[in-house]
Amino acid sequence: MFEKLKQKLKRVVERISQKAAEAPAEVLPAPPEAPLEALPAPPKAPEVLPPTKPKVLRRIVTRITRRELSPADVEDVIWELQVGLLESDVAVPVADRIIERSKELITGKKLGLTEDPRELAEGALQQAIREVLTTEKKVDLLELVKAKRARGEPAVLVFLGINGHGKTTTVAKLAKYLADRGFKLVLAAADTFRAAGIEQLEIHAERLGLDVVKQKRGADAAAVAYDAIAHAKARGFDVVLVDTAGRMQTDVNLMDEMRKIVRVAKPDLKIFVGDALTGNDAVEQASTFDQAVGIDGSILCKMDADARGGAALSITYVTGKPILFLGTGQHYEDLVEFKPELLLQAIFAESPAER
Amino acid sequence: MVLDTLGRALHGALQKLTRAKHVDEQAIKELVRDIQRALLQADVNVQMVLELTKRIEKRALEEKLPLGATRKEHIIRIVYRELSTLMGRPMPFQLKPGQTTTLLMVGLQGSGKTTSVAKLATYFKKRGFRVGVVCADTFRPGAYEQLSQLGQQVGIEVLGDPKAKNSIKLAKEGVERFGKGRFELIIVDSAGRHRKEEALMEEMRQIAKVVSPDEIMLVVDGTIGQQARDQAAAFKATTDIGSILVTKLDGTAKGGGALSAVAATGAPIKFIGVGEHIDDLEPFVPERFVARLLGMGDIETLLKRIEEAARAEEVKPADMRAIMAGKLTLRDVYEQLEMIGKMGPLKKLMQMIPGVGVALPDEQMRVGEEKLKRFKVIMQSMTPQELEDPKLLNVSRIRRVARGSGTSEADVRELLKQYELMRKFIKTMVKGRGVKRGPLAKLLKQMPKDFQGGVGS
Repeated sequence: MFEKLKQKLKRVVERISQKAAEAPAEVLPAPPEAPLEALPAPPKAPEVLPPTKPKVLRRIVTRITRRELSPADVEDVIWELQVGLLESDVAVPVADRIIERSKELITGKKLGLTEDPRELAEGALQQAIREVLTTEKKVDLLELVKAKRARGEPAVLVFLGINGHGKTTTVAKLAKYLADRGFKLVLAAADTFRAAGIEQLEIHAERLGLDVVKQKRGADAAAVAYDAIAHAKARGFDVVLVDTAGRMQTDVNLMDEMRKIVRVAKPDLKIFVGDALTGNDAVEQASTFDQAVGIDGSILCKMDADARGGAALSITYVTGKPILFLGTGQHYEDLVEFKPELLLQAIFAESPAER
Repeated sequence: MVLDTLGRALHGALQKLTRAKHVDEQAIKELVRDIQRALLQADVNVQMVLELTKRIEKRALEEKLPLGATRKEHIIRIVYRELSTLMGRPMPFQLKPGQTTTLLMVGLQGSGKTTSVAKLATYFKKRGFRVGVVCADTFRPGAYEQLSQLGQQVGIEVLGDPKAKNSIKLAKEGVERFGKGRFELIIVDSAGRHRKEEALMEEMRQIAKVVSPDEIMLVVDGTIGQQARDQAAAFKATTDIGSILVTKLDGTAKGGGALSAVAATGAPIKFIGVGEHIDDLEPFVPERFVARLLGMGDIETLLKRIEEAARAEEVKPADMRAIMAGKLTLRDVYEQLEMIGKMGPLKKLMQMIPGVGVALPDEQMRVGEEKLKRFKVIMQSMTPQELEDPKLLNVSRIRRVARGSGTSEADVRELLKQYELMRKFIKTMVKGRGVKRGPLAKLLKQMPKDFQGGVGS
C-alpha cells in the first residue's frame, strides 16, 4: 500500500532538507565533498541515500544556521509529491488539497537551531494527510449495535455502491465479523436486479449458517429490506444487513430506487462500498452517493490486489465520513478494521535500514 | 459519453489554443499542462502521461511546419496523433461463419466479466452466429446461476456446474462439447483474480492451455486507477492477452486506466460496456473515439445506429413517400419516437453529432429524454382518428387526452406545437426551397464548419 507515495515522500523530504541545507551556503561555504547537485535522483532510483559522510557534514551545517524555506524552494520539490500522490490513486482534487496544505505548513517556517528540516517536511505532509483522514464524525459499529440491542431494536445497515466493487462479499464478511462477536443477524437480499444476485447472498448465508430474507428477482428492493427488518424484530435479532444492487451513480432511476430503500429501511448506517483500485472516479462515486442518501461510513474492498490506497483518502475527503473496514482477501476473515493511524504508518514508517 | 469529461477537458485545452493570438512557447506549455491534467484526472498512468505530454511539447516546439499548415493546425494534428497512439491500433473482433472461435474472458474480481460474457453472446447471437457459453468460475458463489439466468433471458446455452471445483476440467469439457456442436463462438467465463494471487494466476494459465482459445480478452473496470497498468501487465505475462473490453463506462469514469492497460498489453480495446442492459455493448474504434474526444463527432457510428434501428423497424417506403409529400401525421411522429428509443439513449445519440458532442449538459439531455417519453404516453391516449388528423384535437379532446395520459393540458399542447413545427419543417424541406434557403440549408452549411468544429481555426 502506498509504496509509490512512500518513495516519492522520501525523495521530497530529502530534497526539502537539501534546500534548507543549501540556504546558508552564503554564510558558510559548503564542504567541497558534498555532492549537492547530484542528489535529485532519477524516477526509479533508490529512495534514500546512504548516510554518507557529506550528509553528516551538511547536517552539521544546517544545525548551526537559522533558515527560512522560501515558496520557490518548496515549489521546486512539490511536483514530486504531487506525482507520488497521483501514482497512489489519490484523486487529482484531493492531491491538490494535500499539496496546498503541505505548502502552507512548510513555507515561511523558521527552523530553529536544533530542528531537523527533514522532520519539518515530513511532519507537514503527515499533518496534511492526517487532516484529510480525520473526520468530525466517528462511527463505532459495535457500540452502535450494542446500543440498539439495549433498546431491543435491530441495527439496520445498508450497503451501497457501484457494480462489482464488493458489496455482497462485504456483507458476508461483516456478517461473520458480527456473528463471531455474538450478535444475531439476518441478511436482506435486496439486490433484486442482477442475475443471481439473490443466489450469491444465499450461498454465503448458507455457508455462514445465517438467515436470509429474499423475494424473487425483479422484486421491490425496499420491500425486501422491510421484510428483513420485520423478521429481525419478530425474532429479536440484533442486526439486519441489507445488500443492494450495484448502480452507476449516473443512473437516475436506480439512484431513485436507492433513495426509496433508505426511506423505507431507515438504516442506522448507510455504508458506501468502494473498490480500492478505483482512481479519480472514487470522488465522483462517493460524492454522488453521499448527496443522494448521506453516507455514514465506507468500506474499501480489494486492498489485497496491491491497491495503492489513495481511494481511502479520496473517499474520506469528499464524504467527510470515516472508512470503517478494509477488505483484504477472498475469505470471510479478510476484513480488517480501519484506523487512520495504520494508513499514516504505512506511508511514513521507515524500514529499519533507512535511518 | 465514454470518456466524457476527458473529452471536454481536452476539447477545452485545444480551444484555448485556437483562441490564442500567438502560438508561442508559453501557449504550448499551457496546452501541455491542460492535457496533462485532463489525462491524470482520467486515470491514465502517471508515467505514461508525463512521457506523452513531453513528446507533444517537444514535437510542437521543434517540428517544422508542413507546407500550408498553420502552427495551430499542426499542433492539433500532433495531439490527435499522439492520443491515437495511446488508444492502440484498431482491430475489430470478427467471427468467421461456419468456423469455431473460442474466446476466454479474464480479469480482476468485479470488473464485469460475467455481465460482459452475456452481452457479447447476445451481440453475436443477434448477428446470426451460434453462440455457447462455458462457466468456468467455480469460486464465486452464484457465478453459474448468474450466467444461466442471463443465458435463459437471451436464449443462449450455458454449460457449467455450480458444484464442481475444478475449473480447468470444466472449461475443457465445456469447450469440447460446444466444439462438437459446431458452435461458431464459444465464450469461456473465468473467475476473477488479481496479480498477487499466484495460485489463481497459475490456474488461469492452465485454463488457457487446455482451452487453447483463439483470443483471450481482458475485462477492465472503467473506474480503475493506477493499478491498471501493473495488473494488465501481470495478466499479459501469464497468458497472451489479445484484446480488451472496458466496462462501466456509463458512469462518470473516464476510462484512462483502460488506456494504460492497452499500453501494458499491446492489446487493443475491442468492446466497451456502456450500461446495465444486455444490449449496452459497443464495438470500439480508436480513431473514431479520438475524433469524438476532440469534439468532431462520430457520424459513422450514428449512421450505423440509424441503419440498424431502421432495419429492425422496417420503415415502409410508402410511409416515407407520404411523409415527404408533407402528410406527416402524429402516428408518424410516434413511430419516429419508437425508433429513436430503439437506437439507445438520446444522450449517446446526440454526442455522436459533430459539434454537439461535448456541449450538452446531462441535465438537459435527461429532460429531453423524459419529454420524449411523455410525448409517447400522450399519443397512446389518443384515438386512431386523432393520430391521423391532429386537427381534431379541440379543447375538450385535449382535456380528455391529458387526463387519460396522466399529463397536463399544457403538455398535450406542447406536443401539438412540436408536431406543427415538424410538419412545417418537412414541408419547406420538401418544397425544395428548404435545401437552398430554409432551415435545413442553414444546418447543412454549418455541418462542415462544425466538423472541423472544436479544433478548426
